[in-house]
Order: sequence, then C-alpha cells, then structure tokens
Amino acid sequence: MTDLNLSRRFFVQSSIGAAGGLLLGFHVPQAQAAKTESRPWTTPTKGVEVNAWLSLDPDGTVTIRVPHTEMGQGGMTSVALMIAEELDVEWSKVQAVFADPNRHLRNDKEYKVMSTHGSQLVWLQHPHIMQAGASARERLKEAAALAWGVPRAQVVAKQGVLTSGARRAAYAEFAAAAANVKLTEEPAIKQAKDWWLLGTDVLRLDIPHKVNGSAQYAIDTRLPGMVYAAVKASPVPWGKLKSFNADAIKNRPGVIGAFELRAVAGKRGQPDLQDAVAVVATSWYRAKTALDLLPVEWDFGEAASVNNASLSAHAKKVLGETGLMTKEDPKALEAIAASKKVVTADYERPFEAHLRMEPINATVHVQDDRVDVWSPTQDQSAAILLVADQLGVDPKNVYAHTMFLGGGFGGNGAGGTGVTRQAAELSKRLKRPVKVLWSREEDIAQDKQRPMAAARMTASLGANGLPEAINTRALWYSIDKMNQIGPATADYGIRNMPYNIALRHHERHNVETHVPSSTHRGPGANQTGFITEVFADEMALAGGWNPLDWRIEMTKGKDDWQRVLKTLKEKAGYRTDLKKGEGMGVAVVECHGTIAAACATVSVSRGGQLTVEKIVIVADCGHVINPRGAVEQIEGAVVYELSHAWLGGLEMRGGRFVNTNFDSYNILRIDQTPEVEAHFALTGGKKWGGMGEPAGPPVPPAVANAIFAATGKRIRSTPFRLHDLSWA
Amino acid sequence: MAISLSINGVSHSLDIEPETPLLWVLRDEIGLTGTKYGCGISSCGACMVHVDGQPAKACQTAVSAVAGKQVTTIEGLSKDSNHPVQKAWREVGVPQCGYCQSGQIMSAAALLQKTPKPTDSQIDAAMAGNICRCGTYQRIKAGIRRAAQISGA
Ligand code: FES
Ligand code: FES
Repeated sequence: MTDLNLSRRFFVQSSIGAAGGLLLGFHVPQAQAAKTESRPWTTPTKGVEVNAWLSLDPDGTVTIRVPHTEMGQGGMTSVALMIAEELDVEWSKVQAVFADPNRHLRNDKEYKVMSTHGSQLVWLQHPHIMQAGASARERLKEAAALAWGVPRAQVVAKQGVLTSGARRAAYAEFAAAAANVKLTEEPAIKQAKDWWLLGTDVLRLDIPHKVNGSAQYAIDTRLPGMVYAAVKASPVPWGKLKSFNADAIKNRPGVIGAFELRAVAGKRGQPDLQDAVAVVATSWYRAKTALDLLPVEWDFGEAASVNNASLSAHAKKVLGETGLMTKEDPKALEAIAASKKVVTADYERPFEAHLRMEPINATVHVQDDRVDVWSPTQDQSAAILLVADQLGVDPKNVYAHTMFLGGGFGGNGAGGTGVTRQAAELSKRLKRPVKVLWSREEDIAQDKQRPMAAARMTASLGANGLPEAINTRALWYSIDKMNQIGPATADYGIRNMPYNIALRHHERHNVETHVPSSTHRGPGANQTGFITEVFADEMALAGGWNPLDWRIEMTKGKDDWQRVLKTLKEKAGYRTDLKKGEGMGVAVVECHGTIAAACATVSVSRGGQLTVEKIVIVADCGHVINPRGAVEQIEGAVVYELSHAWLGGLEMRGGRFVNTNFDSYNILRIDQTPEVEAHFALTGGKKWGGMGEPAGPPVPPAVANAIFAATGKRIRSTPFRLHDLSWA
Repeated sequence: MAISLSINGVSHSLDIEPETPLLWVLRDEIGLTGTKYGCGISSCGACMVHVDGQPAKACQTAVSAVAGKQVTTIEGLSKDSNHPVQKAWREVGVPQCGYCQSGQIMSAAALLQKTPKPTDSQIDAAMAGNICRCGTYQRIKAGIRRAAQISGA
C-alpha cells in the first residue's frame, strides 16, 4: 500500500443512520467554497484565457471551464478541483462554468473527451484534466521567469501568486504572456502525496442552486416564441404508424398541429427516430391533453407476440445451447463431467428503465444561420452532431447549451436519444423554437432499457469444498447484440471473476430483440455481479464454507481484493448465526476500475415481508479526490440498484412494457431505504477507479444472499418482490 | 375566463382553461420552473408546493382551485435561500442531480411547520410521497434533523 497516510485518512466512515448524526470527517465552511451559477453555461468568462480550460482575472477570479455534464455525480466540482489542485489557486476564487461544446468540436476535440459516462471522469480522464492545470501553472512560471530574468525553477507558484526572491505577482499579471509560452516539455501531474486540495472534503458547487429552484435543467428552457410538443411513438418499439386523425383535435385550445415523424429504414440505434406522432401547442399541457385524445393506428408487427413468459422460455432454451466461446477450456468441461460434487444454477435479470427524474426532453431552435440545442444529454458534442445530421447542416453552426441534468445513469448518451432529432425536425418544420417533452409514460416506454440477461453457471468442487472447474454461459437480450455497451464489457464480470478456480470455460449468447437497449449505470456489471455473486454463495455453502471466508480464501494473492474483503470483515460484523428471519449476505464486484464489496443485513417476516436494514460498502477506487462526493455516490448507487433488484423489473406483454409510471414501476422510497455505511480501502499509487457506478453491483447479490441466510430461500432472479419469501 | 392567482406574494391574472394543473401554469405560463414535473399522476412529489401553507401536489391541483389562495413555490420559500431546510440541505449536501429537491424541500418545510421535532417514523410518513432517483434519502433524513435543530436554536 503506497500513500499510507492517505489511506488511513481515507478510512472515512460515513454513517447517517437512524440514530446518529452526520459523521463526515471534514467540514468546509460555505464562505470558503468556490462558486458557480444556476446557468453556468451563460456565465461570461472573466479575464484572460491561459488555455481552453481556464482564464485568470486581475480580481483573482479563476474561471474553470468544465467540458462534462453535471448530473448529480459531482463532475463539475471534480473537474474544477483537479485543475485548481495543479494550478495552485485558492478554492474560494474558483468559478466553474460549462465549456462550449461547439468550440470543442470546432477545435478538433479541444477538451479531449466531452462525453460523461462510465464513471470515467476521475478514473480515466484525470491525467489530461490535471495536465491542463499543471501546464498552465508551468507556463505562468515560465512567463514570470522570462520577465524577471531568472530560471523557471526559481519561480514559485502558490495560491494564485508567483514569487521569486523579493519579486511577487498575481497569476493574472502573466496570464496573457503564459498563453503564448511554449514549454519544451510538459510537466508531469502531481503525485497524491503532494496534493493540498484533492482528498479534502468539498461541498459540490452545484448544491446551492439546487435548494432554491434556480438550477436550470434542459426541461426548464424557455425561449421567446417557443412552442411545446408532446409525442407518442409506437408503444411496441419499431411499430409502424398507420394513421392518425388530426381533425379530432384541431379545435382543442392552443393546438397548432399534429405531425408525423418517421423511422429511417435500417436505423435502430440509440439516438434514432421511431415512427411517432407529435402534437404541438402553445403549452405542453395543451399539447399532451390533445395527444391523449388523438386517434392513432399502429401496425405493431411480429413483436406484438413477445411477453415475459416467452422471453424466459426462450432464455431457458438458449441456455441449453452452446454459445460463442469467450474462453474455451475442454478440461474444465471434462472435470465437471467427471465430478461427484457439482453445483449448477440458472439466473435471470429483466429489462430495466433508467427513470431519470427529469423526463426526456429537448429544445431546438432552427434559424437560417444557426441552430441551438438544449438537451439533457451526457454528451453535448454528440447532441450537436445528431442535430446536424438530422437537419443536414454543418455542425459548426450548431450550438449546444450544457444544462444541469436531472439524472443520467447512462441513458442520456449519444446526444440525448431520439428526442433530440424529434425537436430538430419539428423546429425545422415550424420555423420556431420547439420544446419536446416526453411524458413519464413515454419516457419509460421509449427508454433504451438495460438489457435482459440470463446465465447458467456450473462448477465442480474438490475435496476441500472449493471449486476446481467452472463453466459459464451468459445470455444477453439487446437490440444490437450488445454493440453499444460492448459484448466484452457485458460479461467482463463473469470472465474475470476474481476467484482462483484452476479450470474455466466461458461462453456467451447475444440475442437480438426489438427492445431498444443501452448503457445503464453499471452496464453488464449489475447483471453479472448478481449472477457471479449469488453463485459464489451457492458454491461456498455447498462446499461447507462461510461465504465471506470463502471469498477471502478464493482471492488469495490478489492484494486489492483481499484488502477490500478483509476491511469488509472488520467493519461489517458479518455473522451467519442470526435467528431465523434475520440474515446477512456479502458480495464483491469489480467494475470501472474499482472493487466494491457489500454486506447486507435484512429481516424477513414470516409472511415474507422484506426489510433491508443496512448496507455496508467497502470500496477501492485507488484514490479519492473528494471523499464527501465519493460517499454520496456510494449512497446513491446502493439505493439505485436496490430499487431495481427489489421493486423493479419491467414486464412485457404484447411486445410492450405494462409498467407505465411510478405507480406501476417503483423505486425505493425513504421508508424502504436502508442505512448505508461507506468505507474506503484504497490501494493508491497508480491505481485509479470510478465511483459513480461500482457501489451498485454488489448490492443485489448481497441482499439475495442475506435473504437466503434469513429464510433458506435462494433467489436467482430479480425483482425480489415477485418471490414468495414467507417461511415457517 | 381570467383567473387571479397569488404566487409567492405576487398577483397574476391569467386567461387559461380552469382545469389546467397548477404545475403547468407555474412552469409554462408564469416561468417559475423550480417546481418540477416527474410523473403527473401524484406518484413522485417533484411538483410539491404549498397552498395556504399546506403541502399540495401541483400536478393534481387545478389552477381554478387555488384562485384567491396563497401559493408558495420553492422560489418563494425564503427571500435569501436561508430557510432552515435550505440551510440544512447545503450543510448536509443533500442534492445530487437536484431535480427532485424542490419537492423534497417543500415537503420537509411543511413537515417541520407542523411537527418541529419529527421522529424518524414521522419523517418517513411525511416524505414517502417524494421520490429521489439519485437515492439521497439518507441525507434527506439527516437534513430534516439538522433543519429541526437550526429552527430550534
Ligand atoms: S409530478 Fe406531481 S406528483 Fe409527480
Ligand atoms: S437528487 Fe436526483 S432525483 Fe433526487
């Protein structure tokens, strides 16, 4: 373990349990915090630009341009922190604004990455973000060194001030000169041991705007002359629009017209159009109520015969067939065939919708010389390309405005889904700004769902009760054979189970369905985490092992896994001797560069009523740049995944989902939410990992394993609500 | 038919279909976008406002029903964003994406108005109608406890 001090310090415990108060380790007074605005994309940049990422003003203000979106994951604050760390400026002088997506594209991806996904912002993008700050700092020093006639090494840059001997100047004095400095060699970014700002607890910059209604989301866009559209695409995805009777609504108040939108043959990707009808009116409520009255006829095609039962039956059949070998090992198959002690089980997880709290929307204003876009997308530059493609215009003339996102969870990538095309198309036809808002019902029906997954897992156990050989067959239902998520990403967790099992054979099936699918907080890892970690429990118990000790035994030689599991053992008080109806369960999953383990405590009444009492998470994401932010992400990810696993599960009937809104597709509410306790067991050094997603995947299997401990009922599919958990 | 409304102490007169939900009047007609649309069917609490001091879901409240009443939205909860709930929310760092938080704060403020020192089960009961997809519930609880302290101090 490198960075011993940091690691010790980062055993920050956060527990806001029923009885206790908030136990966060650090406190940053408001007055010392940096700033942003409720409309951070409109804030004029003050001062002189040193590079694309920052400008310096004589009054001391440091404006940091954030290319990423802020969807509650703290991205805006993380970018500002990383740059302020390297630049060495007072945090209270920092002002964060969103970078201009048009500039990013115009200047050949000036910010390298604009998309915000895959928990990558800190994990994978810290090198170039920190580099931008380090480079600016060294240029400032070089500019001062040239002016003062001293070597750069004799100039110190600290807290916004350059000094050399008796000489002293504010950074801003040399901003213009620094912009023109060419360094012979770019500086390396700082090591964690030299951090002064990263690693301290910082209040997220966006929070003050989120307590008074001032934070602006895409859905809040209001423009002079703007009209509103409510849309309905085929409820069975890819159904054909046969006809609609616009006369039926033409006298409704405020209605401007009904318009058809058509899918493009062969285009079935995440951001593509489906057949749909749009009603445009002078307010969204008028548009929506008229749309509800509009007679529409569809041709649903063959997909109308698909339902949950037919999907499950299909999965069972395909799991019996040989798939694509992702790791072939005939010896594993022979060992299993010859073994007297075989454990085998099938698992299944259903389609799930993202349910971003901000329903999908987009506003587009097409004018002769420019097009403006307001989209709740995780990739603003992709929104520009999408609109340019839809309208056949030069992307240089398309301007996207980065708003706060009311949740993303992987569903708002690629420019914001087909809604952005819908808005572009309608604005073109109507020659005025159009806001398209999907009702919650449309948002669920037309979401790009988390792919359904299934697996058959088989292992043979040796004399010591530990597995010797394993054979896995995973199965995915998606629209594009997992192309967008990446087939290898999807079953990474199965192929890379951390357990030291000598013989391993892995297969995969990809089945195409009509259900649009895309990335979804923890893509792949959530399905595979449930599969591998419930199966791990089954293997451990079949071999007579304590499930937590089994995991520690089976990861011998893997320091990071051992550290996480041993910390969990130390912190969670895992027990297997609770009375019937109470149980604890553990699980550990790696994704996005981070290992996270969970210990769940549940109780189940005789009648089968489940209560999840507590979840303890231990994570190794290498480094933590804002402990408070990391803990928030852990708390959020736990609730997110527990929601799907316990209460979720989209149900398909007649080719469409019958869950339409929060009444028929539930997520956890405050009274069902367990206490969440977070710990870090950091490797440090070169290891970096993400934190937006990794705490989620171990939660469903930990809870399923706890349910087994409490009731003896083995849960191999989600949602838990569909299982009879009663016991005698 | 013109309807007269008092929103955050400001009078408005609107010519609008009387059955229009207050939510859409606030957002699309008046431009107070802090009140959010989440479900439109009374299931999420994102649209929570106060009508004559009582919590009300704006998606379920016809504009005609609030004529002559005092409507308070998140923008009018305090003059300077320093209502005890808002202070506590910043201190505890409750919001993530923030989209549900106007509704959470309005529900919490209404709870504390009636029950200055709520127990955990009173918090659960009062807040169960407010969904947070980002999962900030634990901090919402801590925020309400902190706000109760701030108010009592
Ligand atoms: S929008 Fe009113 S309760 Fe959801
Ligand atoms: S903070 Fe995002 S939905 Fe509550």
